[in-house]
Amino acid sequence: MPQSAAAQVPLIALEGVGKWYGAYHALKNINLTVKKGEKIVLCGPSGSGKSTLIRCINHLEETQEGNITVEGTTLSDSSRSIDAVRREVGMVFQSFNLFPHKTIMENCTLAPMRVKGVSKAEAEATARKYLERVRILDQADKYPAQLSGGQQQRAAIARALCMEPKAMLFDEPTSALDPEMVKEVLDTMIGLARDGMTMICVTHEMGFARQVADRVVFMASGEIIEEGPPETFFSNPQHQRTRTFLGEILAHH
Amino acid sequence: MSYSLDFSVVVARLPELLLACLATIGLSLAGMSLATVIGVLGVIARRSRFRLLRGLVIGFVELIRNTPFLVQIFFIFFALPQLGLRLNPTVTAIIALGLNGGAYAIEIIRGGVDAIPKGQVEAGLALGLHRAQIFRHIILKPALRTVYPSLTSQFVMLTLTTSVCTSIAAYELTSVAQKIEADTFRSFEVYFSITILYLIISSLMMGIFALISRFSFNYPVK
Ligand SMILES: Nc1ncnc2c1ncn2[C@@H]1O[C@H](COP(=O)(O)OP(=O)(O)O)[C@@H](O)[C@H]1O
Ligand SMILES: [Mg+2]
Repeated sequence: MPQSAAAQVPLIALEGVGKWYGAYHALKNINLTVKKGEKIVLCGPSGSGKSTLIRCINHLEETQEGNITVEGTTLSDSSRSIDAVRREVGMVFQSFNLFPHKTIMENCTLAPMRVKGVSKAEAEATARKYLERVRILDQADKYPAQLSGGQQQRAAIARALCMEPKAMLFDEPTSALDPEMVKEVLDTMIGLARDGMTMICVTHEMGFARQVADRVVFMASGEIIEEGPPETFFSNPQHQRTRTFLGEILAHH
Repeated sequence: MSYSLDFSVVVARLPELLLACLATIGLSLAGMSLATVIGVLGVIARRSRFRLLRGLVIGFVELIRNTPFLVQIFFIFFALPQLGLRLNPTVTAIIALGLNGGAYAIEIIRGGVDAIPKGQVEAGLALGLHRAQIFRHIILKPALRTVYPSLTSQFVMLTLTTSVCTSIAAYELTSVAQKIEADTFRSFEVYFSITILYLIISSLMMGIFALISRFSFNYPVK
């Protein structure tokens, strides 16, 4: 498939990123570039630093070493750089984190109105577009607690999309769901991937990884151990730790 | 015992007592409003980046919670005029009730804010909202809902505390009752009557609180 020059520009770049929680070294010399439209699946054992890594990208966590650049903005302590990056990057959490006192529609319009300053009418039109896309427009006037887990996570995806981000970060978006609801959320993410969204997904759904990932990145103990396209990553892992991990994952699924 | 009950004096002065009830309700509502504002602003200040501001709030809360309300209201009414600040009894009462209720409200609301899951704040940050917006649009309402029972029972307490304002001759139910008692020497009838009236006022307040809750916190939770 021929790729345009624009598609080669890194949208997200981590260079030599190091992160400590107090004395605990959570991320060690992380180097990762994500081009526009690329889909990355990040996997690894629990506690390996996957959440920490993606939370550094939108500055939910501070780093102590290296640089993180998103769409030309290098993160620093300045609120201007943090605001700029957060405008370009959406995030979906394991526990949905919808606002319980706001309807699904209000969840979707809050940030566009307060951050971008768009009118209520415009924010609602955008919200309807994305709620339609995740197929829960009919739930727009309900409160989060009235929705199933799968619907809540799709609402959370729509809420993030309403900011029209250039990239989306997913932190185990299906881990808190009942098994019968995993598919509807994965299908939504697959649709998003097909539409060209740049994505970094922390997930253990290896079927999803095979289907949409351009690269699978494996982490252990705060380091990137290896990465590669799904075909070679799954069939021919280079490191013993990757093989052990894949063995455990496949045994559970 | 030769004391025979005679409620006719109370009945004769019922209009006075009922007006005084309105004054008590007015003082209570004004005091609660001020306490709520102090409570919310105090929590914001308590979470501020500035240590001095946080320290001031902690000092204020400790000062109020560890001194008698009677001394607080005397201080405002009798001590402040010596520094040139003279307030009438009603204004003094509202300020004293607001400051006192506010200190307790700060601690109560802070508990509700601390109970908000971290993920709520993170979702707001990830969407690009700023700290103040997150507090105002994401944290405040669920936090108030969580602590609403404690906050409103504190406010019933505040309503009953208005009777202490009789000590600076503020116009409210207890001070009017004292006047009627002084005129008639019918202590039992007068204080029995206002006991009932305070019960009614408390119930009324609880009714108002339930109504506010019905309309403000009507979203479902799991
Ligand atoms: N806020 C925190 N404070 C201290 N340690 C943390 C914090 N968050 C995560 N950690 C530690 O950092 C390591 C990586 O955590 P995390 O990124 O959540 O791993 P993963 O998402 O891969 O399971 C873990 O050992 C975890 O205990
Ligand atoms: Mg994690």
